[in-house]
Amino acid sequence: MDFSAFFTPGTEIFLIWTSIAKTIGLLFLAVLPLVSLAVFAERKVSAFIQDRVGPNRVGAPTSLLGFDKDLRLAGLGQMIADPIKLVLKENFIPNSVNKFYYFIAPKLAMIPPVLVLAVLPFGSSLFGVDMVIANVNIGVLWVFAVSSLGVYGIVLAGWASNSKYPFLGGIRSSSQMISYELSLGLSVIPVFLVCGTLNLGDIVKWQVQNGWLIAPFWPQGFDLGRAFSDPKMIWDSIVAGFSFQRLLLAVPMLISFFIFLVAMFAETNRAPFDLPEAEQELVGGYHTEYSAMGFALFFLGEYAAMIAGSGVIVTLFLGGWSLPMVPDGSAGWFWGLVNIATFFAKVCALLFVFIWVRWTVPRFRYDQLMRLGWIWFFEIALANIFLTAVILAFIKR
Amino acid sequence: MSLILFWIFAGLMLLFGLGVVLMRNPVSSAMCLVVSFVGLASLFFTLDAFFIGIIQILVYAGAVMVLFLFIIMLLDLKAAPARKLNVMAWTGSGLVLVGFVALMMQVVLGNPALHAAMPALTADYDDVQQIGLALFTNFNFPFQIVGVLLLVATVGVVVLSRKELK
Repeated sequence: MDFSAFFTPGTEIFLIWTSIAKTIGLLFLAVLPLVSLAVFAERKVSAFIQDRVGPNRVGAPTSLLGFDKDLRLAGLGQMIADPIKLVLKENFIPNSVNKFYYFIAPKLAMIPPVLVLAVLPFGSSLFGVDMVIANVNIGVLWVFAVSSLGVYGIVLAGWASNSKYPFLGGIRSSSQMISYELSLGLSVIPVFLVCGTLNLGDIVKWQVQNGWLIAPFWPQGFDLGRAFSDPKMIWDSIVAGFSFQRLLLAVPMLISFFIFLVAMFAETNRAPFDLPEAEQELVGGYHTEYSAMGFALFFLGEYAAMIAGSGVIVTLFLGGWSLPMVPDGSAGWFWGLVNIATFFAKVCALLFVFIWVRWTVPRFRYDQLMRLGWIWFFEIALANIFLTAVILAFIKR
Repeated sequence: MSLILFWIFAGLMLLFGLGVVLMRNPVSSAMCLVVSFVGLASLFFTLDAFFIGIIQILVYAGAVMVLFLFIIMLLDLKAAPARKLNVMAWTGSGLVLVGFVALMMQVVLGNPALHAAMPALTADYDDVQQIGLALFTNFNFPFQIVGVLLLVATVGVVVLSRKELK
């Protein structure tokens, strides 16, 4: 059998096996460990903020191998211990639940955030293969469409549990997610106006040339390779790249970024918008009646949504896999790996912000949450679209 | 490949479409409709109409059906009890169904566009751009009218849902 088609870019079989490899690699080498790490980081960071120690005992059990002491590794073993605990627990099912929806709800809550990852460009290219699973022209719309399906898992969990606190949590969640989807969707329209495309890969390429969208000041025509041999080029590109329009565009982009970030907190049900699972009012919200794996899947879904959300923010506003002065994957596999590492480093930084905010800002009241979404963010996002359009149309480059 | 996908998604869509009508529990009906919408969107995807497919999911499955589900849950509707088979009603509706399907077959199969092979889309075809161009050039006026209509509907809903009317 001839395997050459296997390694020839452009053939169908090559496309299929690279896609499968990318999917499996992204899920099992990046996202699942990252979820585990995020749960651990949540406990460590919250402990640091509250002036506690946090989990610091579980490490490598080297005493089993005959050594005197266990290695503590600053409690990193907790990353593995937590999931094992959840898997080994008894799966307790209350008597009066609607069995079918009770079982299917955690899966529905977990699948959408994972599907969002399909369109995220998590690296430039590696050995000539683009580091995005599905390079489609409607990337951002796919993100919104799929994440809007995430509400079903929560609503159905609340309803199927047949108990009042989960039900209240489910109802709160559906109204919250519908409200914030509006500002989420409207706040990225300025990004499309500036970049002129819905394709996430192209948005990142725009940012490689023009600078990150929250600070689009990268000198136009700047080339690192030529910078040493031709230092005058640096100054020329700064002068040529300067324009009043680009300076002004940073204002609507920052507004967009802020609204998108806050709406993403609401979409992922994170504090200060974790009303659906407000512990003090609703016990545990929609997952009160779940135990063991059901609960673990909700947990996984929430953190996967955080990771996917951070990935979207990084791609749209923070330059995706790009770093100034760093070439993309066409310059060699090493730089391809650096690009992938850059993307996940940015995602981790945003995850830290998510955790930091959760343990710093108190929870909003329900009416405050709705007022913020409908009266402030919705209108500001609309006005922001007009502002961007005016800058693009009337201010000369 | 795409023919297999077509049959899978078409079957999925029709199966869950039947589910919408046959399920006794309103929540099940609503969820069947969601899956049916996703099946329809997948059919659009196999035809490279990504934008229409994604709007199908975004608007219908992601927003409209969530509201439906919301209302069904708030009203706390119980599963409808199974009723006795009404022979007359079934025969009558069966006749109407057969007539309707026969008529549709006649109209659809008689359409000459069905038998002409469509040219394949080029690789850099941007459907979002095409739809945007069509909407803002040829159909600009109807588009604006629809916008005003939606605004009027929104204002109407706000007025009607106020607690006390003066």
